[in-house]
Amino acid sequence: MDASIYNTRRRRNVIATAASYGATGIGLAGLAMILGVLFWEGFSGLSLSVFTEMTPPPGSAGGLLNAIVGSILMTVIAIVIGTPIGMLAGTYMAEYGRHEKISSVVRFINDILLSAPSIVVGLFIYEVMVVPMGHFSGIAGAVALSVIVIPVVVRTTEDMLMLVPNTLREAAASIGLPRSLMIRHIAYRAARSGIITGILLAVARISGETAPLLFTALNNQFYSHNLNAPMSSLPVVIFQFALSPYEDWQKLAWTGALIITISVLALSIIARALTGTRKAS
Amino acid sequence: MVDVTWGGARVSAQDATERAKALHKLRLGDVIFHAITRSAALLVLLLLGGVMVALFVGSLPALTTFGFDFVTTQSWNPVTEKFGALAPIYGTLITSLIAMVIAVPFGLLIAMFLTELCPMWLRRPIGIAIELLAGIPSIIYGIWGLFVLAPFLQQYVQPALIATFGNVPVLSSLFAGPPYGIGVLTASLILAIMVLPFVTSISRDVFDAVPPVLKEAAYGLGCSTWEVMRYVVLPYTRVGVIGGVMLGLGRALGETMAVTFVIGNAHKISSSLLAPGTTISATIANEFTEAVGDLYTSSLIALGLILFVITFIVLAIARYMLLRIEKRVG
Repeated sequence: MDASIYNTRRRRNVIATAASYGATGIGLAGLAMILGVLFWEGFSGLSLSVFTEMTPPPGSAGGLLNAIVGSILMTVIAIVIGTPIGMLAGTYMAEYGRHEKISSVVRFINDILLSAPSIVVGLFIYEVMVVPMGHFSGIAGAVALSVIVIPVVVRTTEDMLMLVPNTLREAAASIGLPRSLMIRHIAYRAARSGIITGILLAVARISGETAPLLFTALNNQFYSHNLNAPMSSLPVVIFQFALSPYEDWQKLAWTGALIITISVLALSIIARALTGTRKAS
Repeated sequence: MVDVTWGGARVSAQDATERAKALHKLRLGDVIFHAITRSAALLVLLLLGGVMVALFVGSLPALTTFGFDFVTTQSWNPVTEKFGALAPIYGTLITSLIAMVIAVPFGLLIAMFLTELCPMWLRRPIGIAIELLAGIPSIIYGIWGLFVLAPFLQQYVQPALIATFGNVPVLSSLFAGPPYGIGVLTASLILAIMVLPFVTSISRDVFDAVPPVLKEAAYGLGCSTWEVMRYVVLPYTRVGVIGGVMLGLGRALGETMAVTFVIGNAHKISSSLLAPGTTISATIANEFTEAVGDLYTSSLIALGLILFVITFIVLAIARYMLLRIEKRVG
């Protein structure tokens, strides 16, 4: 037997394994560094005034109140618009049209919408809402965000309803329950935590979206909850402030970035915990 | 005949007309719910169609004015109203390409670590960490790139690259010019970092789908970890891996915020990777609100249409390939 063949194989394996360990190390270190810098810069600027004061003019102190309120408002409206549509569409695909061709077409298109560039969504809403209305507005921003919510909710609703055991449906049918009532009172209830997870993930997804808001909601330096007027949001403020030459603004941009990251991480962890308990039970 | 009971309202079996009425109501509710869910599903299709139509209508003025020249010229002059999309298209493709060249090997190696080498107790925490990172908004990566990565590259990496490759024939033009910090290379790196968790988590899922029997058989024959990966896992998951890579590519192509911060927004195709450039999404994000004149706005929307068509094709291929591997597993 030739020993050199074993040596070559062993050497190859050592190199590949080392590369694998190395890549994981570098990858995790890089991502840890991003979070580290973010937390360091963000926390050093965090104070109560961030939540109580408006975005300042350059050169003076201020907070992010109007941006936070704007973000929350638009996110809530986007969820209120997007969730029912997404849930109903997902329901059709999982319950009524499971074996129909239209469901696979919708699934395919939905998956593409799921990862379509969000700036294109902004352009779309600009064309269909901002141009006819004649001005930028908070409601246009909320609708743009809801276009991003819909595919996320469709996907999770369908997936979660698919996991509901058919015996439940059959049991409901055997006592003469109409299909719509079976879906609403049996299937939804069985899939509830999964669907809520999907909604939380959708919130996480849109809370950091900047591109679709740039030319729908635009920005507003002042406090406003008028949906018919331009509205500020955290991501857009971060974008504007980070690229500015003013140090106060850059500091606020870091703090805003920290707030977004913490909310997104918290939402993802809650969503994960919800599905986790469902699987365990 | 049995009683019809729902939600407190109880209709006795004896009253035939009441019973028929109640049943009719239930049937009607059924039909309505079916119709509502069906129209919601159709709305999803309509959404995609709407995006296409709206972008096409919006870009008509630019497309009729410039015709095919729009995608083959690189002049971008708002003053003379001459617009060509070549520079942003080139920037989009080159930054995504470099990002994928960096992120894919890294992602596959990390996925290999997670599925073959990592001790069991560490798999879940690292897996969860990677999935959480995949959900972090791109603006966070952008702001980090602007304040941390770009200065670092400008101070240490780019001068070294220029010094090292300055006299090598082909590479000298790739790394020519002053170290700006921001530019095509920086944007590509940020994209790579951003896409990495994404590529990793999909590759891991795909690798996990390999039946353990196949791997165990290979190990039983005396294969090394690398040989199992190379000759069992990768061939089995090839389609899925390519699908995952395409999905990552789709993300990189359409990514806006991470790139806009660090690309420099220069409408110029430069052979040097250190020079500032632009991408489709960065151009739109930077210029749309300031665009005056219908032709300018329309040209930017036309850029969006081009981006949408490119990503649509890439994502469609990705989904098709992932669907194929799902079918094989299921």
